[in-house]
Amino acid sequence: MKDFKKISVRRMTKRFGEKTAVDDFSLEFCKGELVTFLGPSGCGKSTALNCITGLIPITSGEIWIDDECIDNTIDKIPPEKREFGMVFQNYALFPHLTVFENVAFGLRLRRIRRADIARRVDTALRLVHLEGYAAKYPAQMSGGEQQRVAIARCIVLEPRLLLLDEPLSNLDAKLRVELRYELKALHERLKVTTIYVTHDQTEALALSDRIVVLRLGRIQQVGTPAEVFSDPANLFVADFMGFKNAWTVKVESQREMDGAIEARLDAQGIPLTARLAWPRGDPRRELLASAQRKGTVLRTAIRPEDVEVGTAANGNPLACLATLVEYQGQVSQVSADLVGSEPAEPGLRVDLRTASRVEEGERLAISIPPGKILLFAPTETAAEAAGWTP
Amino acid sequence: MRGKPRFSSALFFAAIAAYVFIVLGILLTVVLNSLSKGWYSGVLPPYLTKEWYAYAASDHDIPSLLSVTFTVVVADVLIALLIAFPAAYVLARQEFKGKGLVLSLLLLPMIVPPMTYGIPLAMLCYKFHLAARVIGVILVNLVPIVPFMVLVLMPFIEQVGANLESAAKMLGAGRWTIFRKILVPLTVPGILTAGILSLVKAISMFDLTYLVAGGRSQTIVVALYADAYAAGSRPPQAVDALAVIYFLIAMTCLIISLRFVSPTQMVFKLK
Amino acid sequence: MDAVKGASRSGTLPLLLPALVFLVLLFLYPFAYGLFLSLTTATGEVSLANYARFFSDARDLHTVWVTLQIAMPITFINVGLAVPFAYYMRHGMRGEKLITFFLIVPITLGTVLISEGMLTFMGPAGWLNQLLMVLRIVKEPFRFTHNVLGVVISLGLQGFPYAFLMLLGYVSGINPDLERASQMLGANRWQTFWKILFPLMVPGIAISFCLNFVMAFSVFPSAVLLGQPSGPTRVIAIAAYQWAFEKFNFNAASAISMVMAAIELAVISFVLAWRSNMYKGASMVGKG
Repeated sequence: MKDFKKISVRRMTKRFGEKTAVDDFSLEFCKGELVTFLGPSGCGKSTALNCITGLIPITSGEIWIDDECIDNTIDKIPPEKREFGMVFQNYALFPHLTVFENVAFGLRLRRIRRADIARRVDTALRLVHLEGYAAKYPAQMSGGEQQRVAIARCIVLEPRLLLLDEPLSNLDAKLRVELRYELKALHERLKVTTIYVTHDQTEALALSDRIVVLRLGRIQQVGTPAEVFSDPANLFVADFMGFKNAWTVKVESQREMDGAIEARLDAQGIPLTARLAWPRGDPRRELLASAQRKGTVLRTAIRPEDVEVGTAANGNPLACLATLVEYQGQVSQVSADLVGSEPAEPGLRVDLRTASRVEEGERLAISIPPGKILLFAPTETAAEAAGWTP
Repeated sequence: MRGKPRFSSALFFAAIAAYVFIVLGILLTVVLNSLSKGWYSGVLPPYLTKEWYAYAASDHDIPSLLSVTFTVVVADVLIALLIAFPAAYVLARQEFKGKGLVLSLLLLPMIVPPMTYGIPLAMLCYKFHLAARVIGVILVNLVPIVPFMVLVLMPFIEQVGANLESAAKMLGAGRWTIFRKILVPLTVPGILTAGILSLVKAISMFDLTYLVAGGRSQTIVVALYADAYAAGSRPPQAVDALAVIYFLIAMTCLIISLRFVSPTQMVFKLK
Repeated sequence: MDAVKGASRSGTLPLLLPALVFLVLLFLYPFAYGLFLSLTTATGEVSLANYARFFSDARDLHTVWVTLQIAMPITFINVGLAVPFAYYMRHGMRGEKLITFFLIVPITLGTVLISEGMLTFMGPAGWLNQLLMVLRIVKEPFRFTHNVLGVVISLGLQGFPYAFLMLLGYVSGINPDLERASQMLGANRWQTFWKILFPLMVPGIAISFCLNFVMAFSVFPSAVLLGQPSGPTRVIAIAAYQWAFEKFNFNAASAISMVMAAIELAVISFVLAWRSNMYKGASMVGKG
């Protein structure tokens, strides 16, 4: 297995007839990092993964490993020669082979000596906590166990890239969490470069060094979990990562304050003050300025957890009427109508999470810290603005 | 996954082409021969004529042949449905002691050679004065058709899902109502498929009919065989004329059936 | 899976009754009767005379060899060809409907018509020979009919589609991710086929083989029409038929048909034993 420094995907596009599944995808992976492709169904994450494996031919673009081009649509190295490992959503264990034989499969193909095979399979099974399962058949094992065999089958070959296509989606909730920990531990230990595909943001946040958020075949944002979580690039990413309260607002005024912008907004009659930590030169400043100039609207994004119940000194003080309360143990998820918006009916809805006890119909005083209000252009992606539909 | 033309795909298509050539060749020869006069060599017959059909018509009572064939085939399919449907229901839905045994016994006619049960069955038909009569032919042909139908019906019934029947029961429906309003309507595709597949199969069934048929109870395929067997006593073109008549009937049924059924269903578990 | 299953046992028997009556009256009873006949002489005493006669009569015993000689090779060929063809078409392909239609035609039309048609098409003056002579593959008409070859070809024309379509259905049911997984682990197409797909196809191959063999071994009308029923293609079914309906010795005929059944059973058992031996693992080939 050759060592390498980086894998780079350059402008990779995959079209199925009229439909573009992956559009102009470019990314560099450094050795040892775990990158997650995150997005809803149909966003192209699995397709992108399969293109990188070589199982699907790409329409245009290139894939390079260091200085070697492994795919440029004309010449490509076939999947079986790339030394990548892949873990499938439905495990894809060979039903007619024992666990041992499944894990040993790749080793046998490479004509490794028997004694070495036995040793390596044993090590791999130990790594996934399946010692003693060597003689079992897949049908005799649970989903979680089968998936661990699938993982062992890959890592025993010491692949240079490990690809996992929604590996936890077929498992029940408890198993998913367990196996997620194990995957994280495994990655820490082995440091195999990994691409992980999922629609679950919790998994993405927990496992990744970097997250690539995809929508309709296009990359929306690439960043660390913290970046994607706190500083989403657009309304789609914000919504996907759990921001809610996307209110339509007009910009009344703005001013510079301590390196950030303080903007006064009007959300259908309700005044809001937002503090936007956009450094000088950030294009979003121009967006804000032009919105104020032309009177066009923007959209907010506020995390339900960031809405505070009770009066606070520095927040935007608001009043609302709770309409739906969902008790979730530690916290309650509350849907409430803001009081004081025009038109009065229907009011702006605020979604918040709080540890306080709230009753339905209760009138609440809430406040939103200005720094927790994000602002975005109303259209979600530039592509959509250009009229491109899925 | 790969679009590049390869040696194996060329081989594949060559083989398919050869096969299609042979099948088409056989059929066209039969048709052409039945219309030919003086065709002893060469690619095409020198003259075309309809006289062989007239010959065949006078030689055989074609309407009777057709009506017997039709009667036998339809009767077999209907009776088989009445037997097979409830059996398929029980086998698909319920677990009971001896289920494996019943299933194996039911599938046995598909493995045992027709001669093995056909000869004693024919004997019994003669004994009970059922042979050489349409009823005998109908009975005898039931043996291969019923197991086949059970096999085709079972997956369709499984598909309907026992919980639908449970839901109906909870809503107060009695067994007969469930049968009439839930089970039958939802399995109509299965019934149709089973019926059509059996129909097409029954037209060509020869071995058993041959053992019990007599003069006026021959199906058209048996008459064809008899003609072909007694090769010397009849001009081959006349035999081919009868063959064409049979061919048209079988093909019509096949083409109609393909509107409802996919070709793969005809074979998977066929026979 | 379903708690309701088995609960309404009271309904089982009446629903099964028609099928059971049918089985007993039209199959089991005749079968038993045939068995009984085979073990009795014309005068009514129980004995193995019929079997003894069969095994001592050179001409009749020869039919076993003749039939096996025809049935075994063609079954191997049918199934053996069906495997690569089904593998090739496992992901579907262009013209699939048309190809399957042509494959279905001989099955639908039946043995008699195919045999009848082959007599002319493959006869000395028929199109096939004309083509072969034009292409200079043969110098004079090749004998395709009235011999063993003709019977074998007709069994091939009908048996191959059966085997192919059956296997195609089977192969299509194998999880395509298994192939991808094998590829990712480094196997090329050939290795993936032999190590993964073929073993998973074994149950389908076994069933296909058994059904094909049964059909070939029971061959009757094409052996008469296309072969030489008094000589090289006197198959065991012909012998049974002649004893029953030409010599009217039903005891002898039954013995012969029992021998037929026994041979088929032996071959089937052998094939199923092979299958169990090959496929030790659990049989989960479904998707996930």
